[in-house]
Amino acid sequence: MRVPFSYIRRNLWVRKLTTALTAGGMALVVFVFAAVLMLDAGLKATLVATGSPDNVVLIRQGSQTEVQSGVFRDQAALIETSPEIARSSDGQPLVSKEVVVLNSLPKITDPNKRSNVVVRGLPEMGRTLRPQVRIVEGRMFRPGSNEIVVGNSVARGFAGVEIGQQLSFAARHWTVVGIFDGGKTAFDSEIWGDVEQMMQAFRRITYSSVIAKLASPTALDALKARLDNDPRLKVDVKREAQFYADQSASLSRFITLLGMALSVIFSLGAMIGAAITMYSAVATRTSEIGTLRALGFPRASILLAFLIESLLLALVGGLIGLIAASFLTVITISTTNFQSFSELAFAFTLTPSIVVSALLFSIVMGFVGGFLPAIKASRMKIVDALRAD
Amino acid sequence: MLFFVNLVFRNVFRAKLRTTLTIVGLVIATLAFGLLQTVVRAWYAGSEAASATRLITRNAISLTFAMPIYYREKIRAVPGVTAVAVSNWFGGTYKDPKNFFAQFAVDAPTYFPMYPEFVFQPDEFQAFMRDRRGAAIGRQLADLYGFKLGDTIPLKSGIYPGNWEFNVRAIYEAKDETTITRQMYFHYDYLNEQLKKTARSRADFAGVFVVGIDEGPSAPDISRAIDALFQNSLAETLTETEKAFTLSFVAMVETIVKAIEGVSYVVILIIMAVAANTMAMTARERLSEYATLKALGFKPGKVAAMIMAEAFLLAILGAGIGMLLTPIVVQVFHSLTIGVFAKMPLVAHTFYLQAACAVVVGLVAGIVPAYRAASVKIVDGLRHIG
Repeated sequence: MRVPFSYIRRNLWVRKLTTALTAGGMALVVFVFAAVLMLDAGLKATLVATGSPDNVVLIRQGSQTEVQSGVFRDQAALIETSPEIARSSDGQPLVSKEVVVLNSLPKITDPNKRSNVVVRGLPEMGRTLRPQVRIVEGRMFRPGSNEIVVGNSVARGFAGVEIGQQLSFAARHWTVVGIFDGGKTAFDSEIWGDVEQMMQAFRRITYSSVIAKLASPTALDALKARLDNDPRLKVDVKREAQFYADQSASLSRFITLLGMALSVIFSLGAMIGAAITMYSAVATRTSEIGTLRALGFPRASILLAFLIESLLLALVGGLIGLIAASFLTVITISTTNFQSFSELAFAFTLTPSIVVSALLFSIVMGFVGGFLPAIKASRMKIVDALRAD
Repeated sequence: MLFFVNLVFRNVFRAKLRTTLTIVGLVIATLAFGLLQTVVRAWYAGSEAASATRLITRNAISLTFAMPIYYREKIRAVPGVTAVAVSNWFGGTYKDPKNFFAQFAVDAPTYFPMYPEFVFQPDEFQAFMRDRRGAAIGRQLADLYGFKLGDTIPLKSGIYPGNWEFNVRAIYEAKDETTITRQMYFHYDYLNEQLKKTARSRADFAGVFVVGIDEGPSAPDISRAIDALFQNSLAETLTETEKAFTLSFVAMVETIVKAIEGVSYVVILIIMAVAANTMAMTARERLSEYATLKALGFKPGKVAAMIMAEAFLLAILGAGIGMLLTPIVVQVFHSLTIGVFAKMPLVAHTFYLQAACAVVVGLVAGIVPAYRAASVKIVDGLRHIG
């Protein structure tokens, strides 16, 4: 015989303040837990979206990032001729030879604080290889000019990058002519301009990276083997998606570790809260428990009833925490990715798996917090319990 | 009065299990708060070690751009400048990409006199100066990787291709608490010599210049004078104090640091809910007692004060134990994250904040029950069943 659910539910409702405080504590823990997962999910989503599965990135062997890399013109030309690389209808190889530098710009919130922004010089082919990028304001830079366009995260986060304003670097003035939307990718955090102009301005003799579209998605191994065997080339080849995922591996690990450590510590507090509440529920309802037992409810039902009450309490907390966390999806975070040493913006992203994890987490808290009190309730002797005041 | 104190104590410990659980919760929250605050401080450890009599000149575009080495002589001629040294970030990893620590190529004869906080054995320093491939290692770094004098350290760098090897010739100690000795230094001349052989176009460049200045003239004036020298050149410079320079790194990850700080207050909210709940339950169960006290002639204020005192006692006990344990937990945490944080300074400010939080928790937890008990009508209270 099971204790009716309405009895359990009403018990929580009767002690409104206590229920609210306990559930509130759990809601805060679930909020932090969900927020961290959402941040990590947002970071990953941004970087996964940045890489197209058919594109590969080639950089100097061992250089890890585009900024540290250098690929000579003759090397880039060799890469271009590889048969594994796709060609356009007019026979042009789908290859973009780019230069990437970091420029420290003042933040919009405090001009004394600067952060490194990726400035990418690219040919027209570079835009073809990234169809997700589109202009939302102004226009695209003209090839061969000192014009630049800024990603919308850069436009939001940094000062002096409005359309019509000029950035001065490498002894030249660069005019902002447009703002582009990178479709929630890492490109949103970049500034784009003409590759040859930038090479000249920075007096560079090497490209930073070569982006190429594979003729078929499976051609990567063949391309890698060919390039490895060529003594004139010393390059690392990666799928674009992998390249961007590797760029943020340590930031992602940092966020996850920190978040999980915090969630575990904080959940101790919330579980203690649940235990206090449930112990008190058991204590104040001793005679009720006696009555239930006398009516014929077995020990297991009493145990289950109190456990369900605790789980319900936790679930309410978990739901509140999740609802609060879902409001975070409107927020975009911008920070320096230590691996690439440049600013990267990403949004809190709520995924179905986070919803499930957060609710499971709250249920676990409810179970741990309510288990011992429930055991205590189920172990009471009928006579003693009925005799209690 | 003694009776009052006695009553408060007995009431707090009447429900032993509940009180114990609440105190344990408070201890955990206080510890978590103290630890997070300390972690936030740890980000700023580098800037606390920085000096105000040293300036850093770097390429205005960003740190990833170098400056021609001849800038050194031009900067040295600026009035107020006493010394100029080159420092190049090497960015190498030791054996495994995970083993990452700071390495700088410096012109040692001018660099180290500007850093009196690094204490060398004179004979070791001489040995370091004599070996072109010599390296000077900080004590913390030596302990972290077990480097000893005479060891060879192989490094791979993402910035400078090839395999590099350095010989440990000196291990320097910290002069005081704030000094960070987690870096490796080697000779700029050696780096430059190798670059001339392998990557001619990258030789004769400096990552940053460390500029020593007189105490007298103001650092901002000297900074402006230096930057004016290179205005409209290909490599314009940005000069700031070493402190501002190190703080600029913290500013880059400010969002994360701020988030950690914000979260540290969430744990206080959580424990506030737990403590408030405990007090609310206590007060509800004892409403008839409060009515009895009032019937015996206790003033409402006194009854309220009693409940507030209970709430504060709980908060103080929990926070007190938490504060006592904080140094131990910080130490354990630091030993676990020694690869990430060079210093984890536990400061008095953290303890003040912990104490302040305890007071707030006590106040919030006690105020509603105290008000209820003070305002309960004797008749209703006596009739009340917990």
